[in-house]
Formats: sequence, structure tokens, C-alpha cells
Amino acid sequence: MADTTTAATALGASGRQRMTFAWLGILPFMLFALLFLLLPTLNIVIGAFQTRTGEFTLQNIFNLFQPSILSAYWISIRISLASAFLGCLIGFLIAASVVLGGLPAWIRAPLLTFSGVASNFAGVPLAFAFLATLGRLGLVTVLLREWFGVNIYAMGFNLLSFWGLTITYLFFQIPLMILIVTPALDGLKREWREAASILGASSFQYWRMVALPILWPTLLGTLALLFANSFGAVATAYALTGSSLSIVPILLFAQIRGDVLQDPHLGYALAFGMIVVTGIANGLYIWMRTRSERWIK
Amino acid sequence: MKINRFWSWLALFFGILYFALPLIGTLEFSLRMRRGEYSLDAYRVVLGDPRFQATFSYSVAMAVATIIVGVLLVVPTAYWVQLKLRRWRPIIEFITLLPLVIPPIVIVFGYIRLYNTSSFLPLTGSAWGTNLLLMFGYVVLALPYMYRAVDTGLRAIDVRTLTEAAESLGAGWLTIMTRVILPNVLVAVLSGAFLTFAIVIGEFVLAALLNRPAFGPYLQLVGANRAYEPAALAVIAFSITWVCMGLIQLVTRFQKHTFAKR
Repeated sequence: MADTTTAATALGASGRQRMTFAWLGILPFMLFALLFLLLPTLNIVIGAFQTRTGEFTLQNIFNLFQPSILSAYWISIRISLASAFLGCLIGFLIAASVVLGGLPAWIRAPLLTFSGVASNFAGVPLAFAFLATLGRLGLVTVLLREWFGVNIYAMGFNLLSFWGLTITYLFFQIPLMILIVTPALDGLKREWREAASILGASSFQYWRMVALPILWPTLLGTLALLFANSFGAVATAYALTGSSLSIVPILLFAQIRGDVLQDPHLGYALAFGMIVVTGIANGLYIWMRTRSERWIK
Repeated sequence: MKINRFWSWLALFFGILYFALPLIGTLEFSLRMRRGEYSLDAYRVVLGDPRFQATFSYSVAMAVATIIVGVLLVVPTAYWVQLKLRRWRPIIEFITLLPLVIPPIVIVFGYIRLYNTSSFLPLTGSAWGTNLLLMFGYVVLALPYMYRAVDTGLRAIDVRTLTEAAESLGAGWLTIMTRVILPNVLVAVLSGAFLTFAIVIGEFVLAALLNRPAFGPYLQLVGANRAYEPAALAVIAFSITWVCMGLIQLVTRFQKHTFAKR
């Protein structure tokens, strides 16, 4: 941040007279971003590399590599990957059916509106909805038992588990995918399909050699975004499982509430690890996005 | 070359099934409070709960404050970047996208550490200060959506010409902002505002960790202790999100209408 401010001053000093005070216009925004976004985050990152007395150390980072914390990261990453991958796949299939599958055109607008609603329907209420549906007394659980004699809980299903959480997360992951991929599917020009067809390509060849390579950056990029989206989610998991399922955000939540790790600096390291993981995912997203925008004009 | 229509219907069918079942299940569950028959008892209990009214109005007030501060912060900044500081756009855009990269729980962790009672700005020391901090936190969470909406709106109009025209007619900065720029991006601002409302109203992590009596922590508390009321609350929360999205659709359609007239 200090760099950008000095850069602005240097810019003003070196350049035209008009530029000298122009940067003042975004000063409130910069101050806000500094105080409530950048400094707090920086504080955590620095804290992850400090001892209690404030000296530099890598010990906190090394301390992350203990079985309980590693397994929390591992299950978090697995849930995020599974919900991101399935969200991408199912969202793509639904969007492709509606855009290219010859379904009536009036389905499109309600689908997009509903996706807008459902992608924002996360947090605590989402957990309630799934408890009322797939919980021990939930509608689907009861109906499956009474109509088909299938007791999913006796078969080992549990909402408070890897698959339970993944199914729940899909409720906001799939709509987000639909919202992002529909414009990309619209961007597939009819001429490309016709050209491929004239050259004798089959439907499968068109998808494999034309459509998918063009959509690839969008698909991979959205995968990264969905991954980060579920990796940082706390409220749904907390309302669903309490603190019984030890995923990273829950562990961090418990740590902030009341120092369960016996070491505040380990908490900073935990938070730093989250930033690294979502940072990598989003870096991929931005990189892929700039590549895909070359095609979708 | 088209996907088989049968498979399309099948994909759509399973999609609808997956999304409808939890909603139907929640609705059905929320009506089951009275044994043996459907009733609205759960809703009556929830709406009559003084803590529901207190936390809900707290979150509504918070959402309104967030929207006002967010608009005051984002609209002039986006306008100024568009008009004078074009080369800063990538930096500003990067900052506004950061809240999608940094998980909210990390940001609030930073707040607790940075603004504790022994710091240079002891915001968490008083209820008033903590409310302010929570509100700023919500502005940060809303930043990606708000900025994107307003920036798109500004790109659609000719900011430079409008500003020069207003200036040549003797308008000051305040007049330009409130009477020229804001009306032109009103639809974008409103879309951002409704989305912000939907995000803030049920937000859990920030409110819980800053210990404020907001709607999100109340939802969690009810969920941990009651059986049927949470389902009723989920139905209410879903309706609120639905109304917010409906309003976005409405104002967007309204804008298309006025453009078509010209």
C-alpha cells in the first residue's frame, strides 16, 4: 500500500500539473481499503511469522504440519474440490441443456433468476433447509423409508459428513456455475458449429475439437472460483455440524472464539494457510479468465 | 449436432428435483410443529419472539447503513477512476476483488487483532465502535458486487461528456454527482444495493465473532436449540433473498424500458 501512495506522488511530481491532485479523489477509498481490508489481512500474515515476543520465526508454519491440522486441511480441500467439480459438471450440463439442448426458450429466464437466488442462499438457512430435507427426520429421509423401505442412515449416510456437506454446498455451487457458464455458452458462435459440420465433423468431434477447447479456460477458471467459494464458507458447515466436523474454517472459528489450539500464533498460521489456498485458486481463476476473454467477444 | 432433447429434459428434471426438494422439505417441516396436522405454529412462535424482532431489525439497520456507506464510497471512486485515473483501474479492481480471495473469517480475525482495546483505534472497546467495525466489514464483503455493478453502469454512459456538459453549465461537484452521475447509474446502484441487503441480512461469521446481536447468530442459536422454528426461519430467509433478486430483475427491466423509449 505504501508503494502505491508513493507511486502516486511520484506520478504527480513527474507528470503534468493536472495529475498532481487527481489521486486525492480516490484517497477515501484507499484509506478504507487500507484500514479494513489490507492492514487486517497483513496483520494476520505477519502474525503467522512471529513468536509471542514479536521475533521472526517459521515455527508457526511448521506447527501446521501436525496430524490434526493437516487432516482438517485435507478434508476441507477434498470437500471444496468435490463440490467445485460436481458443481461445474452438473451446472454445465444444465446450462448446456437449456442453451443448446433445444428446450423451450421461456425456461431460460426463470432458470437464471433462480440461479441468482440460490447462489446467494448460503449460510445458516441453507443448513436448516438440508436438515429439514436429509436430516434424520427430513422429508426425503422419511419418504425414502416409508415409500421404498430405504433407510439411508442405516446405509451409512450422514448429513454431518464429507458427502453430506458436499451435497449441501452444491446448492449454491451449481447455480453459480450456471450463472457464469451461460454467457460463455452463448458466446459459442453458430458459424463455428456450421463450419465444423461442413468439414464433416461429428457432434462429438465438434465438442472435443472446437467447443471444449474454447470453453476450457472458463471451465477451469470457474472450477477455481467455486473451490475458493466453498473453502472459505463457515456458516453453513457450522450450523450443520456444530464443531463436530473438523474442517479448517470451523477450526479457525473455534480458535478465535476461545483459543482451542493453546497458541494464538498457530491461529494466524492457520488463517495464513487459508489465504494461500484460496489465493492460489483465485490466481488460477483470474489467469484463466484473461485467457478466455480473448475468445468471448 | 444438437444435444439430444431427451437428455436435455432429463438433466433439467434432475436439476429441478435437486433444487426443489430442499425447499419443499423445509416448507413441509416448518408446518409440522403441531402433531398430526399442518399449522403455522412455527411461524407464529418465531415472529412473536422478541429476540427475532430485535436481531432482525438490527440486521436490517446494518444492511441499510452498509448500503449507504458502500454507495458513498464506491460511486465517487468508480466515477473518478473512470474520469481521471484510468491507469489506476487495474489496481482498484484488484482491491475490490480481494474480498473474494481472502475468506471473511480471516478478515474479521484481523479486525479483532488490529482494533482491540489496546490498539491505536480501539473500535472493539465499545458497542458503538464494534457496530461501526461490523458495518465496515460488511462494506468490504459487498465491495466486489457493488463495485462491479457501478463500474459496469458507468462504462455504459459517457462520463467525460456528461461531466464537461454539466461543468460548462456551471454545476459543482456535488451537483454533478447527485444530479448527473447518480441518476444515470441508479439501476446499477440499486442492483448492488439489493444484493448487499441479501448478503448482510443473514451474515453469520462477522457478527458472531464480533459478538453483535445480528440475525445470523440468532438463526444459528435457534438452529442449535429448536426443532421446527429453524425451518420456518429458513423459509423466511429464502423469501427475503428471493424478494431482493426479484427487485434487481424489476429495476433492470425498468432500465431497459426507459432506454427503449429514447
